[in-house]
Amino acid sequence: MSTQTIEHAGKGVTDKAHRSLKSKARGFSDRVIAWWFIAPTILLLLAINIFPLLWTVYLSFTNSRANQPGRAVEWVGLRNYERILGSADIWGYMQTTANFVFWTMLIQTVLGLSLALLINKNFKGNGAWTTVILIPMMLSPAVVGTFWTYIYQPQTGIFSHAINFFVDVGPVDMIGSVHLATWAIVIVDTWMWTPYIMLLCLAGLRSIPGSLYEAAEIDRANAWQKFWYITLPRIMPFLMLAVLFRGIENFKMFDLVVELTSGGPGSITELASINLKREAFEKWKTGYSSAYAVILFVTVFGLGNIYVKALNKVKS
Amino acid sequence: MKPLQSTTMAALLLASLSPFATAQSEEITLCWAAWDPANALVELSKDFTSTTGIDVNFEFVPWTNFADRMLNELNSGGKLCDLMIGDSQWIGGGATYGHYVKLNDFFDAEGISMDDFLPATVNAYSTWPKGEPNYYALPAMGDALGWVYRKDWFAMPDIQKAFKEKYGRDLDVPKTQKELLQTAQFFQGREINGTTVYGAAIPTERGSEGITMGFTGAMYAHGVEYTNTAGEYDMAGAINSPKAVEALEFYKEFYQTATPPGHSDAYMVANLDAYKSGQVAFQNNWFAFFPGIEKDENVGAVSGFFANPAQDVKGSALGGQGISVVAYSNKQAEALQYIKWFAQLPVQEKWWELGGYSCHVGVAGAADFAASTPFAGEFLEAMGSVKDFWQEPTYAELLLSMQKRVHDYVVADQGTAQEALDKLLADWTEVFEDDGKI
Repeated sequence: MSTQTIEHAGKGVTDKAHRSLKSKARGFSDRVIAWWFIAPTILLLLAINIFPLLWTVYLSFTNSRANQPGRAVEWVGLRNYERILGSADIWGYMQTTANFVFWTMLIQTVLGLSLALLINKNFKGNGAWTTVILIPMMLSPAVVGTFWTYIYQPQTGIFSHAINFFVDVGPVDMIGSVHLATWAIVIVDTWMWTPYIMLLCLAGLRSIPGSLYEAAEIDRANAWQKFWYITLPRIMPFLMLAVLFRGIENFKMFDLVVELTSGGPGSITELASINLKREAFEKWKTGYSSAYAVILFVTVFGLGNIYVKALNKVKS
Repeated sequence: MKPLQSTTMAALLLASLSPFATAQSEEITLCWAAWDPANALVELSKDFTSTTGIDVNFEFVPWTNFADRMLNELNSGGKLCDLMIGDSQWIGGGATYGHYVKLNDFFDAEGISMDDFLPATVNAYSTWPKGEPNYYALPAMGDALGWVYRKDWFAMPDIQKAFKEKYGRDLDVPKTQKELLQTAQFFQGREINGTTVYGAAIPTERGSEGITMGFTGAMYAHGVEYTNTAGEYDMAGAINSPKAVEALEFYKEFYQTATPPGHSDAYMVANLDAYKSGQVAFQNNWFAFFPGIEKDENVGAVSGFFANPAQDVKGSALGGQGISVVAYSNKQAEALQYIKWFAQLPVQEKWWELGGYSCHVGVAGAADFAASTPFAGEFLEAMGSVKDFWQEPTYAELLLSMQKRVHDYVVADQGTAQEALDKLLADWTEVFEDDGKI
């Protein structure tokens, strides 16, 4: 068979396939075909995101209990919301959560940015140090929580020994003390997640063109002026994004704190997420905890939206 | 050979090579907490397998997660467990929500009499509603909170002298709650053999049931009841009575003045560790651990045991469990066979020998039982005055409320004892109102 014949035959097959596809797609607009392509994703989203959300909203108006499937579910109106919003305990958990988010964000932002500025300098072993600093955030929160309980152990833990090396104050009970327990969880979260903020800041720093600093030097700008007028504005979107991600994560923080303190002593470190888990899966108050979840969702969603608007403003 | 025949032959050949092909034995799964007695039960159950040919698999979960894990299993109608040795407080939910099989007909058919078991254990582990002869479990493991102390420290002449000088009485096993606190305070921060030691390791755990179990031990000894009328829900003036306040203040003083540093979230294992490592003079723990302590090479020979001392009345916090057949199991017949086997006196005798606390009258009621171990007599004494936490279907809600209120006051030093108990009363009232009980 000659080459010409083969080419001819190949063209014939391609034309045939084209015709078949055309005939199958006949009658469908591009828009309809596009819908066919995205339909599975939308269905999946509806099934695993939207439906559970709507179902949770429905349950929040009932007295449902997941551990009593045979029991009639009654519509209780706003009773669950009234109970939650009128509970001094719940406001206490919200305050604890807000405190935790505020302090972790503040400290991690300052430390993360400082570390990024240091690591961004050219020095020997720069890459190795970056890797070492990133290790904590690669660990499992459950593991981190568990080994920090050993570090904090007042009689045998290294933390208490380290404090006593400088100041002789006797055993330091970080986890059991009402005054120190909140700081205990803030320290561990900071240790674990500051590298994440550093990483995003580093990405921001490395995206700043060197020509800007050269121009600033020609204008005799000092180090502070370069930082304030060039570095900070340029990395601000990165920094704000990092804070947004960490803020949302810490708002729903659970595993690390449960491992460290179980919410104690008393309820000093009982974050809203820990309390929600107790209500939903230990007390089995499904309707009540659904209302609780809706309130938390609206809170974090609302705050997140305000923050994103601010972020867009900074970007523009 | 026809194609069909050759396919069948090949399938048979494959099947014969399969690990599942060897005359598959029957098996059941027993679920319990992961602790010392569970190991004894594994050993004991080998006899069941050799007698019946039924293999017993075990699903043991650490105490801290036991309720969460197993109640989820029951609530979801799971088939993991054929037999459940569930905590005594689960009996109300197990019966009400249909998780456990009612055993009355089975007991009648097999001639198993509840009169063969200690009445306190039958009432606590088997019946629902309380006091009525509806049995959902066979008493499997008797238990109560008791105390262990360092006999060798008590025998030191200089310690005895110092104690006598300070308190004007001999250093001996405490006979009241106040003596217990005083003695623990005496040891707090004392140098013994060149080491600083502390008073007592008591339950203070926040997550599951720890601090409630510890505090209720003190509460019962102060004569506090949950309600004014047995079987009713009239709690006002009972759970927040002046006596209850006194008991709660007592427990807080115990925590603040007689426990080791960092003992703010401790329960069974932490208390065992504190005691075995020589940190404390006393530990408050379940009798279930006492055989292990007695055998411990470091502290076994120097340990003494005693039941929870009375203050106004005798009273100990009840532990222990009954063994139930899970209603969702596909192997109920085999599970019932296990219960029938377990109820026999020779099996119960071996259960006690291996370290399990038999509730059988033929074992615990035998004349030589009290002298059989250093703690057997104390166990009987404790079981004679045990009280349990609520066994209502809503027990988890009731328990978690108490955990919070007691921990907030005792460990986190928030508010007064009266405020803590008033809040507890409000929490419990809401739970019972929601459940339609009041």
